[in-house]
Amino acid sequence: MQFLIDNFWALTITGLTLGAVYALVALGYTLVYGVLRLINFAHSEVFMYGTFAALWVVMFLGGKAGGGTGQVIFWIAMMFVAAMTMSGLIAVLLERFAYRPLRKRNAPPLIALISAVGASFVLAEVMGLREKIVAWVGLDDNLRAYVRNSRNAVGLPDIVAKEPVFTVGGYAVTNVDIFVIVGAITIMVILDQFVKRSRLGRGIRAVAQDPEAAALMGVNRDRVIQVTFLVGGVMAGAAAVFYLLRIGITRYDAGFLLGVKAFTAAVLGGIGNLRGALLGGFVLGLAENYGSAIVGTQWKDVVAFVLLIVILLFRPTGLLGESLGKARA
Amino acid sequence: MLLEVKGLCVNYGRIEAIRDISFTVDEGEIVTLIGANGAGKTTTMKTISGLRPVRAGTVTFNGKDITDLPSYERPVLGISQSPEGRGCFVGMTVMENLEMGTYARPDRKSKAVKDDLERVFELFPRLKERVNQAAGSMSGGEQQMLAMGRALMAKPKLLLLDEPSMGLAPKLIQQIFDIVTEINSQGTTVLLVEQNAAQALKRSHRAYILETGEIVREGSGKELANDPAVKAAYLGGDV
Repeated sequence: MQFLIDNFWALTITGLTLGAVYALVALGYTLVYGVLRLINFAHSEVFMYGTFAALWVVMFLGGKAGGGTGQVIFWIAMMFVAAMTMSGLIAVLLERFAYRPLRKRNAPPLIALISAVGASFVLAEVMGLREKIVAWVGLDDNLRAYVRNSRNAVGLPDIVAKEPVFTVGGYAVTNVDIFVIVGAITIMVILDQFVKRSRLGRGIRAVAQDPEAAALMGVNRDRVIQVTFLVGGVMAGAAAVFYLLRIGITRYDAGFLLGVKAFTAAVLGGIGNLRGALLGGFVLGLAENYGSAIVGTQWKDVVAFVLLIVILLFRPTGLLGESLGKARA
Repeated sequence: MLLEVKGLCVNYGRIEAIRDISFTVDEGEIVTLIGANGAGKTTTMKTISGLRPVRAGTVTFNGKDITDLPSYERPVLGISQSPEGRGCFVGMTVMENLEMGTYARPDRKSKAVKDDLERVFELFPRLKERVNQAAGSMSGGEQQMLAMGRALMAKPKLLLLDEPSMGLAPKLIQQIFDIVTEINSQGTTVLLVEQNAAQALKRSHRAYILETGEIVREGSGKELANDPAVKAAYLGGDV
C-alpha cells in the first residue's frame, strides 16, 4: 500500500498511457460488435501487424538515436502512416475473407467466431514464421534484417529520447507519456465526431441499431461493415505506434494479451458503446497499475480480469451499458 | 403503372410466405393490401424494398425490373418504406432520423431537402417540437409519425406504409389516416398494408385481399368495403 502512495503519480501516468493503447484497440472490438454482433478475435493481430509495420518503416528509413527534431517527427509520422495502412488493410482483408463469405451463407454466429479465432492464429503464425516464409520465396537476402529471429522480440531503434517535461508528485512525466496520452485522446475525439456527424458514421450507427431499417434508408450494409473494419483497423494501427513508442519492442504474439485486455476494456465499458471503450481502456490501465502496486506486479493480469468479473457482476452491461446503436446521440 | 408485381413467390427457408401473387399500383393511387396475420403482407412489402430474396416472379418499378436490385439502391429509384414496427433509430434524435431518410438522395445537400423537411414538419408538427429528442424516448404514435416523416424525406415516388396504425389509440389512427390521404393528395403514390381494414378501404382507390400468401380478391376500396364476405371476415360485420 505504501508503494502505491509513494508512486501514485508514476502509476497514474503510466496507467493512462497503457489505458490509451487499450482504449484505441478496444474501439475496434466495439465498432465491429456494433454492426455485426461479432467479437472479432483476430483484431489483436490487426494491432500486432501495425506494430511491425511501424517498426519496419523506421528500420527502412534508417531511424536511430540522436536524430534531429525534424527527422524524429518524420519518422513518427511515417510510423503512423505505415501502421495505420497495414492494420487497416489487414482488418479489411479479414472481413473480406474470414467473415463476409460466412455472412453471405447465413452462417450462425458461432461459426464466425471460430473463423475469427482461426484467422487470429494464422495471422500470428505467419508473422512468427516470417523468416521461413521469406526464405521459401527466395527473398531472404533482401529482407534478412526485417525477418531474422522471427520468434523473438524485436526492438524499435531509440528514435525518441525520453526526456522529462515536468514533474508531478515526484514523477518526471516524459515527452513520450504526454504524446501518447494527448495523441490517443485526439484520435478518439476525431473518431467520435466521425461516427456522430459524417454520413458514413451515421450509416454505421443506423446499421448497428436496426440493419433492416438502415437498408430501407439506402444504407449499403456491406459497405458500412467494410468501413467499420477499416476504421477499427486504423485505430489499432495508431495504438500500435503508441505501444511501440512506449514499450519499445514487439513480437509475433504481442497482440494476444493486449487484445484480450482491450477486449476486456470494451466489455468493461459496455460492448458496442464507443465512449464505454474509452472509459474501459483507461479504467483498466489505471486499475492494473494500482492493483499491481498493492498486490505485486506478477498479479497485474489477474487484477485486470478480477476487475472485469466484479464490474460485470454488478453491471452486466458494463460501465456505460448501451450499445453503439442505442447510445444517445 | 408505377409498380407491377407479377407471379411473386417468396420463401422463408422451406416455408412459402407468399405464393404467386400479382398486383399493380398506378401513379397517384392509394392501394391497400389487407389480410389477417401471417397472410404475407409484410413479406410482400419487404420484398418490394429488397429485404427478402425472390424465389420466382418479378417486381417492376417505373418500367425497370428491380427483382434482384439490392435494397440500398431502391430508395434512389423512389421507393421508400415506413416499416412494420416503425424501425426508428431509437438512439438518434428526431432530426438525425429524418436526415437518415435523405441518406440515399443524390441531392441530399441541396435546398430541396430543406423544403421537404418543412413539408414533413407541416404534416407532423409534433416532430418539429421534438427535433432534438431521442427517438427512443417518444410515444408509439410519435415514432410512427417519425417513421413516416423519415420515409418522406427520401422524396419517394412510391411510399410503402406497413401497418401505420398498429398499436395506436383510435383518435391517433384517424389522424394518421388523414395524413396518409394528405400525402397522397400532394402527389405521392401510396401502397398501404393494414389490419385496420375499415379505415384503409375507405381511404384507398383500390385494394387486394391476401389470404395465406395468395391474393383472393381485388377491387375498388368502396366495392370491397361493401362486400358481405369481406365485411364478415375483415370488418367485423357492419362498418
